[in-house]
Amino acid sequence: MATTTTSSAVAKPMLAHKRPLWFEGVIHVLLIGCAAVSIVTTIGIVLILLSQSIPFFSEVSLVEFLTGTRWTPSFEPQHFGILPLFCGTALVAGGSALLAIPLGLGTAIYLSEYASPLVRDVVKPMLELLAGIPSVVFGFVAVVFVSPLVRQAFPSAHLSNALNACVVVSIMILPMIISLSEEVLRAVPRSLREAAYALGATKLDVTVRVILPAALSGIVAAFILAITRAIGETMAVSLAAGGTPRLSLNPLQSVQTMTAYIVEVSQGDIAAGTLEYRTIFAVGLALFVCTLVLNVFAQGILGRMREKYE
Amino acid sequence: MPANLEANLHLTDVLPHAADELSALAQKVATKAVDFFYGDHQALHGISLGMPIHRVTALIGPSGCGKSTFLRCLNRMNDMIEDTVVRGEILLDGEDIYRRGADVVELRKRVGMVFQKSNPFPKSIFENVAYGPRVAGIRDRGVLNEIVERSLKQAALWDEVQNRLRDSALQLSGGQQQRLCIARALATGPEVLLMDEPASALDPKSTAAIEDLIFELKETYTIVIVTHNMQQAARVSDQTAFFFEGQLIEVGATNELFTNPREKQTEDYITGRFG
Amino acid sequence: MSLVQRSNGRPYAKLASNLFAIFCGTCMWLCIATLVLLLWNIFSHGWGRVSFDFISSPPSIIFPEKSGIRPALGGSIYLIGLTALFSVPIGVGTAIYLEEYAPNNRWRTLVQTNIANLAGVPSIVYGILGLGLFVRALNLGVSLVAGALTLTLVILPIIILSAQEALRAVPHSIRTASHALGATRWQTIWHQVLPAALPGMLTGVILALSRALGEAAPLVAIGAATYIRNVPSNMFTDEFGALPLQIYNWTDHSDKDFHVAAAGAIVILLTVLISMNALAIVLRYRFSKRIQW
Repeated sequence: MATTTTSSAVAKPMLAHKRPLWFEGVIHVLLIGCAAVSIVTTIGIVLILLSQSIPFFSEVSLVEFLTGTRWTPSFEPQHFGILPLFCGTALVAGGSALLAIPLGLGTAIYLSEYASPLVRDVVKPMLELLAGIPSVVFGFVAVVFVSPLVRQAFPSAHLSNALNACVVVSIMILPMIISLSEEVLRAVPRSLREAAYALGATKLDVTVRVILPAALSGIVAAFILAITRAIGETMAVSLAAGGTPRLSLNPLQSVQTMTAYIVEVSQGDIAAGTLEYRTIFAVGLALFVCTLVLNVFAQGILGRMREKYE
Repeated sequence: MPANLEANLHLTDVLPHAADELSALAQKVATKAVDFFYGDHQALHGISLGMPIHRVTALIGPSGCGKSTFLRCLNRMNDMIEDTVVRGEILLDGEDIYRRGADVVELRKRVGMVFQKSNPFPKSIFENVAYGPRVAGIRDRGVLNEIVERSLKQAALWDEVQNRLRDSALQLSGGQQQRLCIARALATGPEVLLMDEPASALDPKSTAAIEDLIFELKETYTIVIVTHNMQQAARVSDQTAFFFEGQLIEVGATNELFTNPREKQTEDYITGRFG
Repeated sequence: MSLVQRSNGRPYAKLASNLFAIFCGTCMWLCIATLVLLLWNIFSHGWGRVSFDFISSPPSIIFPEKSGIRPALGGSIYLIGLTALFSVPIGVGTAIYLEEYAPNNRWRTLVQTNIANLAGVPSIVYGILGLGLFVRALNLGVSLVAGALTLTLVILPIIILSAQEALRAVPHSIRTASHALGATRWQTIWHQVLPAALPGMLTGVILALSRALGEAAPLVAIGAATYIRNVPSNMFTDEFGALPLQIYNWTDHSDKDFHVAAAGAIVILLTVLISMNALAIVLRYRFSKRIQW
């Protein structure tokens, strides 16, 4: 009665495709259109950035752009070396990561390993609230509250300085570090913890020698994503750090980041097509490439981590 | 075990020539050499089975034997799973349901289905039953009321819920939910009812209610039921098909298959030696 | 070697473990203290400035104490309305496509990866896109529509990702049941899946819109003015302001009295944002409790 067919002999199915009513078809096409918007957005970003950057790089050599140590596009003699902006961005992002990472990781460990469900239920919405405070508000906080404190502690500090920005940006990226790290910590299987506890290990042993190593790649990804966020941070930084492109790692001086430069130029009234107008796109391209590379890298780590534990 | 079973077989005395009687009936659904593939894995091997009209056909066999897969072919629910292939013919009233241009939506209205785990929509009892007719385009309130009442009565649930049709279906007990799902399936006016272990998640009392229901419904519908429970198959079905490892091992009138199986594997299974 | 001897070999193990717990706990309390301190400082600084006049007056260049936020607030309301109008259908549509329609192949992976990466693109980059595409190429000028379209691109990834999550939370059995009753794919989505996923989606939409409400960088990049005296009346031609832009303008002022006005505006912005957040949290909580599948 029963016959066997080898699977290698699978032919095209004889089953007919579902005949969509015309309405179903229209819906399907509309939904594909929606999904296409995000693809078009990415293409749009690349095209727009390139369309103005290519003419820019025909006037300014790429080598000068990437290695020049002076950034003075708005006065003579014009120099287009992005390193000072790059340095400002690195200083602010690095400094804020330095402040936020220990605090964030400690909090994440507390939430995932120690806190009762009640504490978690109360603290996590508070962190979401913190994450929901707009950038410009942190700029205000930097100018009005943080800057006087910094200048009290370091009388030599400029009115706007990198440390200001580091402090507020570290607060801004805290919720991200905490929630992402907590997520990867909790993804470490129970069995691993239980095995360690069963051997008589203390909570510190288990956390530092078992859980953190198991979750390490995910935590690193969380840090990278947070740093990416700090790099792209705009309003707070442009209010807090000042507007002086400077190739220096002194956190008490006024510096300018890539984002803050874009804000500064956008606010002035500059005509489209000028070299200065095009600097927005060239700097934007540099910013986009930086964040994209870091993002793709972090997403890759997270993706592999999820595969491992699912 | 077979002796116990025999005591439960209500058909044994009533229909001495059950096999002849079954073969004399028209076949509501018939499959011819059906193969089924999940990707590279072949789950069904050349299944040919006729399901007589206004009778209950039970599909039995150990887990993973393909009986549920086969059931889901009968209303093309497997279309929803990606990367699956069906070959062979499945005929409903002599028409191939997998033919090019066949209307799946229309098919599913004619071939209703009840699932293992009751799955009412998170809506009112009324809306659950009225959903099928609604998506079929019935808007008239009076007609809908009538269909809902008739379906709930057929599913033996009307007396219990007639005063709370607006309540959420999720408040019903497990057995009531499953009968609601049956009523919901009946509301589209099907000709065939597929039941995938409809009572496996229920207590004995609710199970008995469902079984009584099946017995009544077969007057109007052709029923195909998948079950793990051999006593249940023996109690409710007229014809039983035994599946094993994707093959149809044996099919016959229920009383004959259970009392006098032709194949060794069937005998081993129904006597509880495996599965 | 017995267990007792082993632990004697590390006399400080327990102490170290406890110190570590205290360190982690302190970190958490520091975070909370920061949030509380932040909000308290802002509110105490700006609360005195909040009044009906403050909300209903235009800003002033010379008199900080007479300055108000009317044009900025009006601009923000229009912006959010338009942004919601553009972003919700596209975002939810994309999520439905990815969860319910797209075959599990490379095209789907491409779209999904692309969205994850777009979520990490700094908002100022969207501003540059808005400047090049909406303001210049499509010739919309620095208008409400251009601003709203730019903000739409900023929050689309957030809406898509949260809507996808809400759709995934709807049990598969509901879809199967609906299909088995002869419903088409879209009927199933429209009548069963979307209503069940709605609270979850709403949570995501509210959070995304609150993000849009606080965004200033993309608006600055497209060239929106940070000082404006009138509520825009034409969404294609008029210049527009927005609350975060007004805050930026006042904060950037050297006169400290303008900082008080900024604090007042922040109080209003934060009150709205916190209410939206609270609503989203309540919605999500009720959603998780309401339906026990």
